[in-house]
Amino acid sequence: MTTPDPPRPTDPLVPQPGPQPAPGQSLQKQTSPQPPQQPPQGRELLRTEGIRKTFPNVVALDGVDFELRSGEVHVILGENGAGKSTLIKILSGVYKADAGRVLRDGKPVRIHGAGDAERLGVATMHQEFNLVPHLSVAENIFLGRQPRRFGLLDRDRMEADAAELLARVGVDIPPRTPVRELGIARSQMVEIAKALSLRARVLIMDEPTAALTADEVVKLFDLVRRLRADGVGIIFITHHLEEIAELGDRVTVLRDGRSVGQAPADTPHDDLVRMMVGRSIEQQYPRETGKSAGGGGRSGTPLLRVSGLRREGSFSDIGFELRAGEVVGLAGLVGAGRTEVARAVFGADRYDAGTVEVQGKRLRRHDINAALASGIGLVPEDRKGQGLLLDSSVQDNLGLVTLRSSTRGGIVNRSGQQESAARIAGRLGVRMSGLGQRTGTLSGGNQQKVVIGKWLLAQSRVLILDEPTRGIDVGAKVEIYELINELTASGHAVLMISSDLPEVLGMSDRILVMAQGRIAGELTAQEATQDAVMELAVGTAHRENAPATKTKDREGHRGH
Amino acid sequence: MATDIHSSSGPGHGRQGPRVSKGPSGGGSSGGAGSGAMPVLRKVLLENGALSGLIVLVVALTVMSPDFLSTQNLLNVGVQAAVTAILAFGVTFVIVAGGIDLSVGSVAALSAIMLGWTASKDGLPVWMAVLLAVGTGVACGLVSGGLIAYGKLPPFIATLAMLSIGRGLSLVLSDGTPLTLPASVATVGETLGGWFPVPLLVMVVMGGITSLVLARTYSGRSMYAIGGNEEAARLSGIRVRRQKLVIYGLSGAFAAIAGIVLASRLASAQPQAAMGYELDAIAAVVIGGASLSGGVGKASGTLIGALILAVLRNGLNLLDVSAFWQQVVIGVVIALAVLLDTLRRRA
Repeated sequence: MTTPDPPRPTDPLVPQPGPQPAPGQSLQKQTSPQPPQQPPQGRELLRTEGIRKTFPNVVALDGVDFELRSGEVHVILGENGAGKSTLIKILSGVYKADAGRVLRDGKPVRIHGAGDAERLGVATMHQEFNLVPHLSVAENIFLGRQPRRFGLLDRDRMEADAAELLARVGVDIPPRTPVRELGIARSQMVEIAKALSLRARVLIMDEPTAALTADEVVKLFDLVRRLRADGVGIIFITHHLEEIAELGDRVTVLRDGRSVGQAPADTPHDDLVRMMVGRSIEQQYPRETGKSAGGGGRSGTPLLRVSGLRREGSFSDIGFELRAGEVVGLAGLVGAGRTEVARAVFGADRYDAGTVEVQGKRLRRHDINAALASGIGLVPEDRKGQGLLLDSSVQDNLGLVTLRSSTRGGIVNRSGQQESAARIAGRLGVRMSGLGQRTGTLSGGNQQKVVIGKWLLAQSRVLILDEPTRGIDVGAKVEIYELINELTASGHAVLMISSDLPEVLGMSDRILVMAQGRIAGELTAQEATQDAVMELAVGTAHRENAPATKTKDREGHRGH
Repeated sequence: MATDIHSSSGPGHGRQGPRVSKGPSGGGSSGGAGSGAMPVLRKVLLENGALSGLIVLVVALTVMSPDFLSTQNLLNVGVQAAVTAILAFGVTFVIVAGGIDLSVGSVAALSAIMLGWTASKDGLPVWMAVLLAVGTGVACGLVSGGLIAYGKLPPFIATLAMLSIGRGLSLVLSDGTPLTLPASVATVGETLGGWFPVPLLVMVVMGGITSLVLARTYSGRSMYAIGGNEEAARLSGIRVRRQKLVIYGLSGAFAAIAGIVLASRLASAQPQAAMGYELDAIAAVVIGGASLSGGVGKASGTLIGALILAVLRNGLNLLDVSAFWQQVVIGVVIALAVLLDTLRRRA
């Protein structure tokens, strides 16, 4: 960074004298067996007090107290839906808080837009990059602030400056390269270069490692450490507990929109998880393994059989079976090819080789209607982008899959559709003002129920749920889990893709782990632990594919 | 936020996850039973935006011009609206499905030329010539639809090409000169019982068909689905590409019928007819509350949109506003209508 603060000891694990955690950041009792670590020495850059934010159907944040010092990596931890994204959207000016205040360098500030954030030296790397694909790297870095000479763009200076920034980030990209030609990792580096060019003192990184390979993560972490040494305060959001100890200094845990505690980064994982979920995992995941039809799935009738599925460049050698009454988890890192496999099985995308059979009948490839007719349903990962007609009514969404079957002579039986929509909405407990409510105005959990509901109306017996609980609140999550239990109890089979590891562990009868386009191994519910799954997911287990004999000898080794 | 609905169907396991009910509790709205007053009210308001605009316009013109509110003048307005409205009904399908059709004016002209050509030169029976004309419109629509659905061309480009092709073909077929229509076709341009104009009747019938297609048919519902979220529609088993053919085919058919009505009024098929009408049609659809990004739109809205344009032109004529200024006024009205609609939607 350009204006470094006084250097600080870079080893976060060395206890340092310093002020106590601010009031309102009470340390939970069971948080940490070790003496609580002192906050890093740097001065306070950013503080939030009692931030509250509500949306039409949900309280997203309800009293968030948080503090960031210069030269620290402050991890925000929390389940999906705990409010992390809402918090950073408030800090970056995307949302306006309903109550509470934000202090920058001790002074209350209003962040009502990206411009305010920029002026305050707060830069944010969202999960979806804010880069323009067709513009060059240099133009993206200086977008809106391009150096000008005589009113015209000074392309040479812009590119020279960009090259310098890129060199500081430590990435070798010609500044003229269009961003669309970069992969995710290098796009991220461009985002960081952009933050550097803004002379950001506060850098917010929202799950930056989610889509990176292990090597790329190492590079990213090096860069983050250098920024920290320069006195930048970094808010780091991650789901990977391993990353906390490796990179972080302090952790603030959010749960259900509240900051429930603060802990040093070396707090044991179990304690962090307990703070995150506020209850044991058994309670959160009401899966009754063994009690459902088919006793854990081994003896149910096979509904779906996939063998030798391959698509060049995406996945290969995919084979598995799904039996009535079981939930099979499909775990793996983002980019391992899970969604691609699901979409190919469902017929949404093509594949090069292999077969998909439903109850012994082979499906035509790349034919959604064949999959649909045979009883496969797909709840896609991007609920809003691929699952719903947000401008249409709940009734229209619920009746979408059954539109054809409720049509006679070209005319849709609307009253019949309304009846069945009312029935399924009641059964799923969709909370709405009526069947005519615009689906876009429902809360995330209720939207997801609608997506699942349309497949239930179509009597799909094999449901592929891709990230079924992403971005929905904890209460609605439990309802979705209970729904999954009901479905399997009545003979459905569920293939559940999830990046939420505790969820996969808590809900699956069996777990398939994918890594780099292949199924790296299969674990039973008993064998599966976070470590065992992660080990397969990062591909450290390629010596032999015998996951059952896996030993858990890793210690403090990060998951990527 | 009633959480009690679900528990009745829950499995009988003991440890239930905490049923977190966020937000103020005690809202006892059970699913489906809610009155849905807000969305309904909003919908009515949205629709009434264009409708109340029309009413204001009519009242204002009644005050300003004594000639406006006569039966003869109103029927005249209806006839003027008819061609635009029929074109716009066809375009409504396309816009609801998230597309755009720039070719309807040209296709209308080409279909009318086809009618004149086959009926007068080849001496085909009129009913067969009319069928051929409509078939021409459908064929044009299918070509556009095919380019869009299977050739993956953006609708703007595909129909822009068809705009040029249709106009060109009508000039080629007619050799650039108007073709006289047989007397039996020209009756379409006349009146029933000596006072009710046939074009008005055709407009009403086509409006009814549009309304039925959009609200009640598989294709119509698919249009909303495709326009609302094409990928979601595809993943829900809607045959998107096939439906796009249907959508643009319908638009072509409506354009052909509009072309026949227009030609019958003029008693001749003119290769230069309906030039620029596609923009009026799109304007009518948009003024009627449809969203150019798809998923939203209604036949009634489109009818109101077409009526607003016709009433405005008629009124400006009655008030002796120059044709040059009329264009300015109409442009302003289009911008205002959509602006108000956007603001209302955001509220």
